[in-house]
Amino acid sequence: MSSQVSFKPYILGIFCNWCSYAGADQAGTSRMQRPANLRIVRVMCGGRVDPQFILNALKNGADGVLVSHCHPGDCHYVEGNLKTIRKLPLLHLYLKQFGINPKRVKYAFVSASEGIELTRIVKEFVEELNELGPSPILKELKVKV
Amino acid sequence: MAESKKEIKLTGREDPKVGVYVCWCGINIGGIVDVPKLVEYAKTLPNVVEAKDYKFFCSDIGQTMIQEDIEAGLINRVVVAACSPRMHEPTFRTACQEAGLNKFLFEQANIREHCTWVNADDVPGATNIAEDLIRIAVAKASNLMPLEVTKVKVEPSCLIVGAGISGMNAALDLGNSGYKVYLVERTPTIGGHMAQLDKTFPTMDCSACTITPRMTDVSRNPNIELLTYSEVESIDGFVGNFNVKIKKKPHYIDQNTCNGCGDCAEVCPIVCGNEFDLGMKPRKAAYIPFPQAVPGQYTIDMDHCIVCGLCAEACEPKSVNYDEKPEFLEVKVGTIILATGYDAFDPTTKLKQYGYGKYPNVITGFQMERLLSSFGPTEGKIKRPSDLKEPNTVVFLQCVGSRDFSGKTNKYCSRVCCMYATKQARQYKEKHPEAKIYIFYMDIRAFGKGYEEFYESAGKDYGVKYIRGRIAEVLEAENHDILIRAEDTLLQRRVEIKVDMLVLSVGLEPRSDIEDVARIFNVQRTEDGFLMEAHPKLRPVDTLTEGIFLAGTVQGPKDIPDAVAQAKGAASGAATLMARGEVEIEPYYAKVLNYKCAGCKSCISLCAFSAITFNEFEKVAVINEILCKGCGTCVAACPSDAIVQNQFGDIQILPMIETAIPQKTKAGGG
Repeated sequence: MSSQVSFKPYILGIFCNWCSYAGADQAGTSRMQRPANLRIVRVMCGGRVDPQFILNALKNGADGVLVSHCHPGDCHYVEGNLKTIRKLPLLHLYLKQFGINPKRVKYAFVSASEGIELTRIVKEFVEELNELGPSPILKELKVKV
Repeated sequence: MAESKKEIKLTGREDPKVGVYVCWCGINIGGIVDVPKLVEYAKTLPNVVEAKDYKFFCSDIGQTMIQEDIEAGLINRVVVAACSPRMHEPTFRTACQEAGLNKFLFEQANIREHCTWVNADDVPGATNIAEDLIRIAVAKASNLMPLEVTKVKVEPSCLIVGAGISGMNAALDLGNSGYKVYLVERTPTIGGHMAQLDKTFPTMDCSACTITPRMTDVSRNPNIELLTYSEVESIDGFVGNFNVKIKKKPHYIDQNTCNGCGDCAEVCPIVCGNEFDLGMKPRKAAYIPFPQAVPGQYTIDMDHCIVCGLCAEACEPKSVNYDEKPEFLEVKVGTIILATGYDAFDPTTKLKQYGYGKYPNVITGFQMERLLSSFGPTEGKIKRPSDLKEPNTVVFLQCVGSRDFSGKTNKYCSRVCCMYATKQARQYKEKHPEAKIYIFYMDIRAFGKGYEEFYESAGKDYGVKYIRGRIAEVLEAENHDILIRAEDTLLQRRVEIKVDMLVLSVGLEPRSDIEDVARIFNVQRTEDGFLMEAHPKLRPVDTLTEGIFLAGTVQGPKDIPDAVAQAKGAASGAATLMARGEVEIEPYYAKVLNYKCAGCKSCISLCAFSAITFNEFEKVAVINEILCKGCGTCVAACPSDAIVQNQFGDIQILPMIETAIPQKTKAGGG
């Protein structure tokens, strides 16, 4: 349990270029401090987020994955984000079947001017993950091997 | 740039040799994380052959350091760990290109905005994140492929939406430069809000005398096609090649034959409020908004018209046609400027406590402007609405619908109200030196050129009294006088005065249909509802949709000089694209691998740009590279993994994700 004390959840963010990545930049420019847990990978649109990306991240030991894109109606590519909104609830169902707590995958709407919103979401997510504890996946994978 | 002599031929199949360049960015990065350590760390990563640090890699010397390594053949992939790619990706790409390396073999790790600036309190944490971000970027760079930029032609024409002072100025600049301009205006006349103003601060210029000559210039310019009483229905296409559908609403009076004599209005029996005078003056159902309107032809307002036929009888050129239908026009333009302006804040329902709409002698600053105007409802004599008497005591209340953090109205400062109230107060004092004028304010913001002097003089030379404090209660006394209770927060005492008229200095708001504008033109909005610029400092007139620019208050509240300056900026942005004649589009389009495509057609219905068609002979999907915008929705959705995307393909993203989590965390988790 000693690892629990120093547990620092690893969050991989997959952000769309136009809204959320820009929002994260705005959070930076405005020096909005957040816990050091989030690494951001950029894709052009939320629609590009393949559920495989999320599963891969979890498989490799990420404690949480944050998918973030434009608000409905604001998508730079008209409706790519709507496609993701439909995909992710399905993924949540699968995660349960895999024995992964669906809370480890969060999706959010962050526009380019919502750095403050992003900061709030990250803080909240870190707290949730702290409660969940480290991802059990790597341990289980090892057992199976 | 293109005529680089030294070009390194790369197929993308050779072994990647990655150079990592970690920037100190002064103390922005170097002050938080240990940059030399990051360099040592980068050297341990697979495919990395070179790693260096420098104070500012974006500087000339920094760029040269990278270029020397490329030219020496040391590296064939570049990773710069520095600021956001939204800031300097173009800079470093150009540097790569100049050194002969395909510019798409560059990747930027954002260790400033996404790391040191937001994790400054947690140095070990920030260092971890910086290492992770560099590792992710190296993984991507190792798998990047050289790409060719797609070039498309830019039509030498511009669509400008909104013909207020901003739209007109942008139109004139572009028209005078020889570009074709389609100037679309929703109302029957151009001129916008500025035409409604009486005088402009701080120079006290007559607003009409400034704007009416501009209006005629616009109508006379051979390159400007004026489309009044028209609205944009839809656009499609992309930078350089937008297809715009415009709806010309029916005037019910033939605009080509109407001679503007006004006989129709003369005989029209229907009287309604004139929008131009904010309902304070009547107009007929057949009307022009104001005498100097451009164009000067009449329009019938079908919402009020009863089709009695009197105007058709009176019209000598026989221009009236009650059955006129809307016309649709399709034009192709290379660039677009949005200048749709603002709405004045309406205090009727949101701020009931001030009695607007309930007490006749409470008016808004915009109505005051019409009352002051020599061609307004009272011909320049200020008369209060209840009994048409000239008021002796007038109170102005500032920040109505602005700077409000209670959540009821708007948080931002509207930037013009302090000055217009000061101006109106001064104007009234000029005519009635004996009148008492009070301005209740929170702070006076007199920031522009000559504004502070103007404000000082209003108090000193004209005797306008400024009282710091909000009005707590507005009541109606006998004779429709207004009773005001407030607190003077400087003297810390209660104030109770009976006044003849209360003027609410209402702020500026996004147009009520701004959401539709954002949707039609696919541009983003900021939290306050106005349209968003691409970068608050470096690209204040661009939008994130290339080829679409912003001018004036559509982007946020501004005064006239700022709106005109931005209009000129937008015109220059549009002209730059059109003068070059062609534009490079990032080649992030998707491609179908025929041998994998099962022909299920899932992708076709997902594409928002109709870029995918089906080849019936080969039974495979085909993506049009030019129509494809590169969102990657089809790539993520293809059940056969048959669609790949340049720069953001699975071959780039999956390695990023696989290396994203450091080994030590993996071990620690187990």
